[in-house]
Amino acid sequence: MTILSLANLKRLAMILIVTAVIAIMTGAAGSSSAPPTTGIHGSFFERVSWFGLFTAPRWLLFFTLGVIVWLLVSLYRPRAQTIRRGAESFFALPRAVTSRRWARVTLMLVALAIVIVLPKFVHESFWMYLIVEQIGVWILLALGLNVVVGFAGLLDLGFAAFYAIGAYTTAWLTGALPAPALFHHPIPTLWVIPIGILAAMVFGVLLGTPTLRLRGDYLAIVTLGFALIIDDFVETQSGVTGGGVGSSPVPHPALDLGFYHFKWGLSPTPYYYLCLVFIVVFIIVFTSLEHSRIGRAWVAIREDEVAAESVGINPLKYKVMAFAVGAASGGFGGVMSAGLVGIINPSLFTYQVSVNVLVLVIFGGMGSIWGVALGAIVIQTATSYLDNYQPWGYQINDLYMYIGALLIVMMIFRPAGLLPSRRRAREFAEAKRGDDVHTDEVLTGDQP
Amino acid sequence: MSDEATIDYILRAENLTLRFGGVVSLRDVSVEMRRGEILAVIGPNGAGKTSLFNSLTGVYQPQEGTITFMARDGAPLSVIGKKAHQIAQAGVSRTFQASRLFNALSVFENIKIGAEDHRGIGLVGALVKGPGTRRGEHVSDNLVIELLEFVGLTSEANLIASQLSYGARRRLEIARALATNPEVILLDEPAAGTNPSEKLALAELIRRVRDERGVSVLLIEHDMKLVMSLAERLYVLNFGSVIAEGSPAEIRANPVVIDAYLGSSHEETSA
Ligand SMILES: Nc1ncnc2c1ncn2[C@@H]1O[C@H](COP(=O)(O)OP(=O)(O)O)[C@@H](O)[C@H]1O
Ligand SMILES: [Mg+2]
Repeated sequence: MTILSLANLKRLAMILIVTAVIAIMTGAAGSSSAPPTTGIHGSFFERVSWFGLFTAPRWLLFFTLGVIVWLLVSLYRPRAQTIRRGAESFFALPRAVTSRRWARVTLMLVALAIVIVLPKFVHESFWMYLIVEQIGVWILLALGLNVVVGFAGLLDLGFAAFYAIGAYTTAWLTGALPAPALFHHPIPTLWVIPIGILAAMVFGVLLGTPTLRLRGDYLAIVTLGFALIIDDFVETQSGVTGGGVGSSPVPHPALDLGFYHFKWGLSPTPYYYLCLVFIVVFIIVFTSLEHSRIGRAWVAIREDEVAAESVGINPLKYKVMAFAVGAASGGFGGVMSAGLVGIINPSLFTYQVSVNVLVLVIFGGMGSIWGVALGAIVIQTATSYLDNYQPWGYQINDLYMYIGALLIVMMIFRPAGLLPSRRRAREFAEAKRGDDVHTDEVLTGDQP
Repeated sequence: MSDEATIDYILRAENLTLRFGGVVSLRDVSVEMRRGEILAVIGPNGAGKTSLFNSLTGVYQPQEGTITFMARDGAPLSVIGKKAHQIAQAGVSRTFQASRLFNALSVFENIKIGAEDHRGIGLVGALVKGPGTRRGEHVSDNLVIELLEFVGLTSEANLIASQLSYGARRRLEIARALATNPEVILLDEPAAGTNPSEKLALAELIRRVRDERGVSVLLIEHDMKLVMSLAERLYVLNFGSVIAEGSPAEIRANPVVIDAYLGSSHEETSA
């Protein structure tokens, strides 16, 4: 196949059309903040910097990028086999390394050492704060949703509900809500941690028992409904929740052991360690659950519910358990968030949050605890960086466009996620064998 | 043993009727199974054999009729209205016509899931792994090893279920069903899709299930030679109704059966 064959030129045309669409979407026409006059015209003719080297109209930048992509694809196709094999062995590397126990332990210790000393190297408290709020809390959320989606195979589109329960329970019990605290006696924030976790778990059971009888799509829609209800409730019931304005400040946590006092204050570093301790605890708990009889029952239900029932597994019971267990870390995420942010309001618990957590889980690798944690770190770091530096004319509004594109690419090339769980990867392989489609054919539309 | 009162029944379905909208899958079906026997259900495709199995195991809920399971010790259990997992826990186990294994799990794990006790919550036990939990693990691991040996999959223990040959898959499914420690096992076309030598091995295995493990066997099978040599008694279903019941010799000689089934689908069974 020569590079100028008809099929390959058709491919060039396709790529350029897609590039043009991307140029429009990422440009002035796709921005709510651009002056209305610029529009599509601006998306193409605005002059942009070429990585700080020189400036030229945007269309030229995108045209060049499109041609480069086309050349890469043209070069790739004849060598697809080799490249794919190379990529596979590259991606198999982490698995090969971590299959040795000592290597796993070493890796974990190194990772632990890095996260323990990290605050020494982050001098700006702004960034430290972001690490806790944008990464730490989201790892907790992703770990929790992973139990529901990854372990039990239940599509939950309303996970933010548990996050909200944790946060609002904290605000309520510490007396930061318009609704009077329980027994009119606010309690210290630190004590709320177990209560907040428990509240989220109870809520998981209450929410799960009626709804988890539904399967697949129906469950997804119901959980979506719950997220919208919670969102709406906290927004409108201002007498109870403070409405859109939110709570009054939640007191900072303080520890008083009689002989030892510690107060979490404005500095984010102590929160960082609090969060870290709980992340480690949740990772340990979820890992041992995964390898327990409960974890195996979850896999059985996920793979074949009818077969699972035939060996005496009660699907409803285990699904409710997955909801409750997942809610625990989601709820703690809420407590953490309330303690750190101080003032909580509905904008922290929107439907968008639920979708976001799901993205982290899918990206990291459903069912893979380490994958999900890594996925949360990668995506949340990237989005925090983009939001705060706005490089290359990046606009905050476009974030979900990029995340969507990332997920599409991910689903094509690495559907089981960044660090897939072994079992999940096999399930994907099974599904793939069912209708054998090669990745490059999906990408380019060619049939074998 | 011919005296009605002294017969020890293990499973008894009376006057079952099961409808799906306008389709009647089972029409006034009564089936009695004695403890310790190998009983077969035969009949042409669409006769309602699988529907009967699904009714007996709580997957389908018949609109009319009763099903009673008499466990060796304990009160008779009324199956209708119970969930599939409750019936499995009570001691009625099954395999499926199109095998339903946990395909991404290993052979060992497949059986282990069957061997584990799924009652109770066990959240604390799973986390703390106290002596009770460890003992439970030990017991189920031993059962798995024993069953691997029993069905002849010991050397395949660490393979992924989907890597197994067809015959091995069917044996794995039987092992998984046996892992629940059932008193009766329902096998839905266990030899379907297997080659002649695998078929012989399966027949041998089914006989051993009853003889060595003392599990009563209810069997659906299309292969006449196999079923006639294996079963002690047969029920013949046609269009959702029982049209005959008896020993293999009686069934072979029954003109109604020959007319409805053995004659008409002769080509199919030999194919
Ligand atoms: N879930 C179901 N929904 C609708 N019809 C069903 C269902 N299950 C079985 N049937 C119908 O019941 C009849 C008997 O089917 P089945 O029990 O599978 O027969 P067999 O196992 O003897 O081949 C068929 O007509 C089939 O279409
Ligand atoms: Mg059938």
